Amino acid sequence: MAHAHTVSAAPRKGFWAVLKDWLTTVDHKKIAILYLLGGTIFFAVGGIEALLIRYQLMFPEFDAIPAQTFNELITMHGTTMIFFVAMPLVFAFMNAVLPLQIGARDVAFPFVNALGFWLFFLGGLLLNISWLFQSVPDAGWTAYVPLSGPDYGSFGVNFYVMGLQISGIGSLIGAINFIVTVVTMRAPGMTFMRMPLFVWTSFITSALILFAFPAITVGLVLLMFDRLFGANFFDVTQGGNVVLWQHLFWIFGHPEVYILILPAFGIISEVVSTFSSKRLFGYSSMVFATVLIGFLGFMVWAHHMFTTGMGGIANALFAVATMLIAIPTGIKVFNWIFTLWGGKIRFTAANLFAAGFIPTFVMGGVTGVMLAVAPANFQFHDSYFVVAHFHYVIVGGIVMALFAGCFYWWPKMFGRLLDEKLGKWTFWTFYPGFHLTFFIQHFLGLQGMPRRVFTYLDGQGWNTGNLVSTIGSFLMAVGVIIFLVNVFKTAAKPAGAPQDPWDGRTLEWTIPSPVPEYNFKQLPVVRGLDAWWVEKSEGRKEMTPAEPLGPIHMPSPTILPLLMSIALFIAAFGFMYANQPFDNGFIRFLFEKYVIAIAGLVMFFGCMIARSLKDDPGYHIHPEELEGEGVHQ
Amino acid sequence: MKRWYKAGRTALILAVAALLMAGCSGALDPQGERAKEQYFLIVLSFAIMALVMIVVFALFFIAIIRFRKRKGDTGYPEQVAGNHKLEIIWTVIPFTLILILAIFTVTYTFKHDEVIAADEAVNVQVTAHQFWWEFNYADYGIRTAQDLVLPENSWVNVDLTSADVIHSFWIPQLTGKTDTNPGLTKTVAFKTGDHGVYQGKCAELCGEGHALMDFKVVVLTEDEFNAWVASMQEPAPAPTTPAAVAGEEVFGNYCISCHAVTSDKMSLGPNLKGFADRETVGGFRENNDTWLREWIIDPQEVKPGATMPAFGDALTEEELNNLIEYIRTLK
Amino acid sequence: MSDVHAHAHGAHAHDGPLPPYPERATLDGRNKILGFWMFLAGETVLFGSLFATFLALKDSVMSGPSGQELFSLPLVALATFILLTSSLTSVFAVQAMHRHDKKGILVWLGVTVLLGLGFLILEIYEFVHYVHLGHGFTTSAFSSAFYTLVGFHGAHVVFGIVWISLIIGQVASKGLTVVTAPKVYVTSLYWHFVDLVWVFIFTVVYLMGKLG
Repeated sequence: MAHAHTVSAAPRKGFWAVLKDWLTTVDHKKIAILYLLGGTIFFAVGGIEALLIRYQLMFPEFDAIPAQTFNELITMHGTTMIFFVAMPLVFAFMNAVLPLQIGARDVAFPFVNALGFWLFFLGGLLLNISWLFQSVPDAGWTAYVPLSGPDYGSFGVNFYVMGLQISGIGSLIGAINFIVTVVTMRAPGMTFMRMPLFVWTSFITSALILFAFPAITVGLVLLMFDRLFGANFFDVTQGGNVVLWQHLFWIFGHPEVYILILPAFGIISEVVSTFSSKRLFGYSSMVFATVLIGFLGFMVWAHHMFTTGMGGIANALFAVATMLIAIPTGIKVFNWIFTLWGGKIRFTAANLFAAGFIPTFVMGGVTGVMLAVAPANFQFHDSYFVVAHFHYVIVGGIVMALFAGCFYWWPKMFGRLLDEKLGKWTFWTFYPGFHLTFFIQHFLGLQGMPRRVFTYLDGQGWNTGNLVSTIGSFLMAVGVIIFLVNVFKTAAKPAGAPQDPWDGRTLEWTIPSPVPEYNFKQLPVVRGLDAWWVEKSEGRKEMTPAEPLGPIHMPSPTILPLLMSIALFIAAFGFMYANQPFDNGFIRFLFEKYVIAIAGLVMFFGCMIARSLKDDPGYHIHPEELEGEGVHQ
Repeated sequence: MKRWYKAGRTALILAVAALLMAGCSGALDPQGERAKEQYFLIVLSFAIMALVMIVVFALFFIAIIRFRKRKGDTGYPEQVAGNHKLEIIWTVIPFTLILILAIFTVTYTFKHDEVIAADEAVNVQVTAHQFWWEFNYADYGIRTAQDLVLPENSWVNVDLTSADVIHSFWIPQLTGKTDTNPGLTKTVAFKTGDHGVYQGKCAELCGEGHALMDFKVVVLTEDEFNAWVASMQEPAPAPTTPAAVAGEEVFGNYCISCHAVTSDKMSLGPNLKGFADRETVGGFRENNDTWLREWIIDPQEVKPGATMPAFGDALTEEELNNLIEYIRTLK
Repeated sequence: MSDVHAHAHGAHAHDGPLPPYPERATLDGRNKILGFWMFLAGETVLFGSLFATFLALKDSVMSGPSGQELFSLPLVALATFILLTSSLTSVFAVQAMHRHDKKGILVWLGVTVLLGLGFLILEIYEFVHYVHLGHGFTTSAFSSAFYTLVGFHGAHVVFGIVWISLIIGQVASKGLTVVTAPKVYVTSLYWHFVDLVWVFIFTVVYLMGKLG
């Protein structure tokens, strides 16, 4: 049932209409904002967890937070930050920017895209709701067995097992969506080697997600079977093997960190290039390096397991493979520096963060090479040296890039520019605060401070370092607060950002800010790398269209993705609480007989069947509804 | 430009201050051969990486300072696509540096996986528990816990396993860590340093008590070690004072079911033969009557997660005093 | 590149004669096929991990019966034959689709479903039998790994049977169109994948288990 759709100057909608719009959207631009919002909410949760951790560690033998709660805090902090902050924020930018940069009107699978978001959100909700149930996972974000298993683990680990399975499905299908989008939906003239680097990194990242997530899904399923159904995968008394979990986890876990960092590399490439007013130095080798990093990323997982006793051959192989990744990574760093070199660099807030990324990420990278030296790793592993290393690459790397991406693409997403001054204040509090927090931790680790410790004894020489680290963390919090103030202040401003505020080089800057529902009135012809720059350098004011004006087909909104995610959320509870001794007989019956669990699964598969049976005709936006200007016949 | 200079200078001061505050301990103060070789690798890898960082940072800071857009500067810079020569240089040089590092890495990886022939080393079977360390010397028929007593400048083989969850055996000044896995045994070798007491740590999250699952490595001279072995093989002298005798009865009623007092017997909890001479109570508190009393009354108060039940309500003050007096005879 | 046009997502069934290879005639159809290949790549890693788990734990028989004692190769060979044939019949269904033969699609997909059901019945019988012999899900690490790997495959067979049945219904009621054609093609891809996994299960679990 196609119907005409008004695009311009829509009447102001009521609250419920707006809510319905956001809950049923399949528009990648709105989904991007949902990911941004979800990621930010979880960032606040994870950030508070971090501050509590640092607070407890401020003084030796401090008794602010008991050991059990502390173990819950570190588990939730790590799990939330990696799965429910970094990943969704990366997906936010991929959704907001990728289709625009390839000159596409939409992604390949809008429904799947929306489903991916809601699965992520409900998964994150399930994990964090454990706080309300006072049954919080406490075995670390790595959940090693048997500590996370049925014999020694707490009930809270179930929230981890279920929450991550649900959100993992979301990540997987989201990745499939982006792979197909990049392969089939590029504008005419955009060959693979004319794609912006952010598209390349998103593409490779999606391939990594596709191959890495099934491994952890299997691991979580096995753990779930052990915990809930009496299986023996990790029960050594029944022939199980505890190291198996580690292999499955890290075969996912290592590519996961490249999944996080590659899009960050893409953002940095875009920002540095734009604000130097220079094309990216060494584009082909940047692409090649990205592919190589992605590929090698699957060959090194056991460098997280050097101390498990795999033997000399395994340790040597994984050590050397790990060191090799430094080479393509180094290539990228030099290419960024030489993009800046000879340019006319503008230090907007976005570029401050991008520039700050470079030395910080290099520091994190070199400690990574140090960690790769297997026998040295026997000293570093599970100490604060590792904590320092990964925070340098994740916070000093990914978070810095995410901030850069925010300042860079905010006008395109929201039609408003974030305040530059507040942005600089954010940088000058967050960045020094970050170094203050984590630099000293390298030395704490070398002095023998293990990680995941709720306290430390006096007289070991660790007091000052921990105090300094805690002070730094509060400075970082100030930076984040300033950023949030900036966001709210900007939201209150009227929209009206220019189409191309940064003198950009890529296609997203050829369309209005914010982007209209249909992205491109007419798909553009791409004549080279940095497609917009090519046109601008020949004096053109707009892209050449590749097609005449015509009706634009849009997919229909649908409530099914939200319903399917809620269904799995319910099913998860049904399985988790199946053997709980409820007082109320009826409730006990519902759970014991798996009524709730099955109801959730029936709802999930029912929605899938409904989706299969009813084909979506979508609706059309007609040329008469599009603004008059810039229309070519 | 000034701002960058200030920022850089601040960073440098912080770094140096941090370094000075850090001091040298743990892995940075190696005393055993394995730890010394690992320290060498740490320094070598750091030196190579420092070289890289100096080059990268220099290029970076020059770039961002020199090529800032000046006010009133219009026009665009040259759009440089790349430079083959540079790209080759910054592939080949890092590769070479990695190659050097890799050679040392592989050599020491194999070296540190070697174990010593059983008759040329002290052999100890280590079993990690939540949250204490069991040390058995099958060659001598000794079972003990929490203090790992070894002769100085000698090679040691440790057979590592766990009775429950994964822990990790780490003595920063003597050797890097190896995980203790339930259901599996891994043997590693290390050499002790000069006589002294070294700190041991658990280095894998194992539950509530993980942070406090310390142990001590007591390295004695050859003669002292032999004397220790001999005295461990004999039962402790019988208690003589009335309080200690009474305490032995208390022990028999409450403690013997989990704690053996002669080194030949297995027990659920730590073997207490030689406890009076141990470095710590609970693995990390000073071994004095105050802490011993606290421990017996409420172990979880001292070490969260401790699996020993609390005896504060079960024992009268007199019984507790007698018990402690008895325990002090367990030399 | 006819898809620069407006009909990017979903095409309209009234477009005239059905094109050859109707599953590829629209961008949406091509996207679905490529997307499904990607999904199968992920599934390959999924089953790969389950196989790795099985291989790691297959000797941890503990007090239960071993594979050698349990497996009956004739039964498994029959099940294999049935499943392989069902893969062939799904090929016939796709060939019918390329001939624009709606009835042929329905018949061959129907046979595929029936054969799939046959496989399933044999497998259920097999599992019940094993449980009676003391090889249950919780018996040992080997048994947990066995049932998880083979059971996951069985679950995929169930899903495929339901899915293909739904597609039979849709082709029957809506006819063969550029919208239903990709669905037929994709289910056929899925079914081939399920069959391929079975070939590996047959080899790694049953053959290797029986021969020791």
